[in-house]
Amino acid sequence: MSARTVSGRAAADAPWDATEALPREGGEGDARVDHLVVLGFVPPGARVLDIGCGDGTLLALLRDRRGVDGRGIELSRAGVNACLARGLSVIQGDADTDLAAYPDDAFDVVVLSQTIQATRNPRIVLEHLLRIGRQVIISFPNFGHWRVRAELAFRGRMPVTEILPEAWYETPNIHHCTIRDFVGLCRTVGAKIETAAALDARGRPMRFAMPWWFWNLIGAQGVFLLRRDGAAGGR
Amino acid sequence: MDNAPDTALRPAPAAEPGRGMRPSPERSQALEPQSPVAHFGPDRPLAMDAGVNLSPFQIAYQTAGTLNADRSNAVLICHALTGDQHFAHRHPVTAKPGWWETLVGPGKPVDTDRYFVVCSNVIGSCMGSTGPASLDPATGRPYGPDFPLVTIRDMVRAQAMLVEHLGIRDLFLCIGGSMGGMQVLQWAALYPERVFAAMPIATGPRHSAQNIAFHEVGRQAIMADPAWADGRYLEAGKRPTKGLGVARMGAHITYLSEAALHRKFGRRFQAGSAPTFSFSADFQVESYLRHQGVSFVERFDANAYLYLTRAMDYFDLAEDHGGVLANAFRGTRTRFCVMSFTSDWLFPTRESRAIVHALNAASAPVAFVEVESDKGHDAFLLDEPAMYSAAKGFIDAAARARGL
Repeated sequence: MSARTVSGRAAADAPWDATEALPREGGEGDARVDHLVVLGFVPPGARVLDIGCGDGTLLALLRDRRGVDGRGIELSRAGVNACLARGLSVIQGDADTDLAAYPDDAFDVVVLSQTIQATRNPRIVLEHLLRIGRQVIISFPNFGHWRVRAELAFRGRMPVTEILPEAWYETPNIHHCTIRDFVGLCRTVGAKIETAAALDARGRPMRFAMPWWFWNLIGAQGVFLLRRDGAAGGR
Repeated sequence: MDNAPDTALRPAPAAEPGRGMRPSPERSQALEPQSPVAHFGPDRPLAMDAGVNLSPFQIAYQTAGTLNADRSNAVLICHALTGDQHFAHRHPVTAKPGWWETLVGPGKPVDTDRYFVVCSNVIGSCMGSTGPASLDPATGRPYGPDFPLVTIRDMVRAQAMLVEHLGIRDLFLCIGGSMGGMQVLQWAALYPERVFAAMPIATGPRHSAQNIAFHEVGRQAIMADPAWADGRYLEAGKRPTKGLGVARMGAHITYLSEAALHRKFGRRFQAGSAPTFSFSADFQVESYLRHQGVSFVERFDANAYLYLTRAMDYFDLAEDHGGVLANAFRGTRTRFCVMSFTSDWLFPTRESRAIVHALNAASAPVAFVEVESDKGHDAFLLDEPAMYSAAKGFIDAAARARGL
């Protein structure tokens, strides 16, 4: 839950063009590329909830650069302590148990990075995200990636890859999905996909316009910007 | 009136020889506390929830540090059930160091070099603030059972009067554990604009049925002691030490944990390794509990124990706000840091989570830490590095936000 990865952006009707709204290299000091992509999605002064916020690096960046009112949820005490020292309002908790307590539309943006596959009930978590946030930025490892498929198809083993480094018996990831699976879940829960992108294993957006099946094979991670269907558009 | 800015280092005055019948130590502190006292006369009564205007009344308190020119660095510490104002001061009866010197002091998270720290004995207690052991000016006798029932809100109203009296407009930080945490929550709900940051520790938004049950056992133990004399023991020249001691022994178990008791005592025998085939304190844990009971009655008034346990029982912050806890914090700008301990079964983590969820629902800025500890409820009084670092992080950041 600690690894934070990149989100990218593409036009919804011309799927998987990740070239828009990407950060220029070297333009924003030392901040991580993936954090800068999230920064690009978040309007100034927004209320942001970062679930699995780690040591609060992203929240602090959003506060300092965008003046956001940021909140976080983090499982580890070390992470929570680091957040406290940064003056961030972070609660020790997790996505499965703590989201139900937030009211509808409590946040402008909710960020869930590399975590949904580790939740007990991804569908309920996603529904809560869409309920409490006007926009949802969500990223996850793509189980449809060709290396994952190859491990299973040719070696007959559960895959251990760069983005899924743990063996099956010790991984926290209990609900794997592919990019296409996730698109299906978005339809099921009535989430509108505003933009989406595939990233390589190091979290860099892949800058080509390609069809869906291609990204489901090539993308190591998927990143989606979602909105509750019927929720007001624009920022 | 004594308004000394810093009493932490004041030498304790020599014990006064008894006048006539020598008063017990806890009795002398009730009437003549070794700490500054703020007096509130007939023009400033305390409007209590029981429907009584308490007047005159007094509040005994201690301070450490110096109030800055902006009067913006005041910290209020709220003490727990049997705590007192001597948070960083040698206890006048037990001669022990201040009860929160683990967290409060120069360079500590509640830094007395930076903040002006105040702690007052709660109303209804027995360390110098008006309570059942005080003299009723109408009769000249101790109030005893005639003292009006006290609530957490009454304690907070009295503290607000003291804070005002000390020239403090608003608090930088309000912090406390257990019953002190209840007061912190009550402060934030009652005077949101006067609390910049709040740290309720090892507490809950209401007293649970199990906790009320434990308190009732303690009260019944006191009232079953013939020396209690229907609450008129002070006039009768008696003290219900047996009952109060048993109440303390029972309560003390709830402040620990099975793991802590096992680690500290196990099944070890007090002397030798064999049972004595009697009811003397064979086991170390028995001896420890008896000691807790005996030393407690030296410093605490039995009626005050009845009143303060009752105040905790009555506490239900949601009930005061239409049954919705979030309503207690609606629109608040106070920043909160809620803290619980894994082995605390008196105020388990779920109680803190209820507070956190209500604060989230009210869109209040809230941080929450569950500290890993096997020391039970009393962990908040002990040296817990994880509590220390979390508190330091939160308080330092709050100080930066306030420009301190």
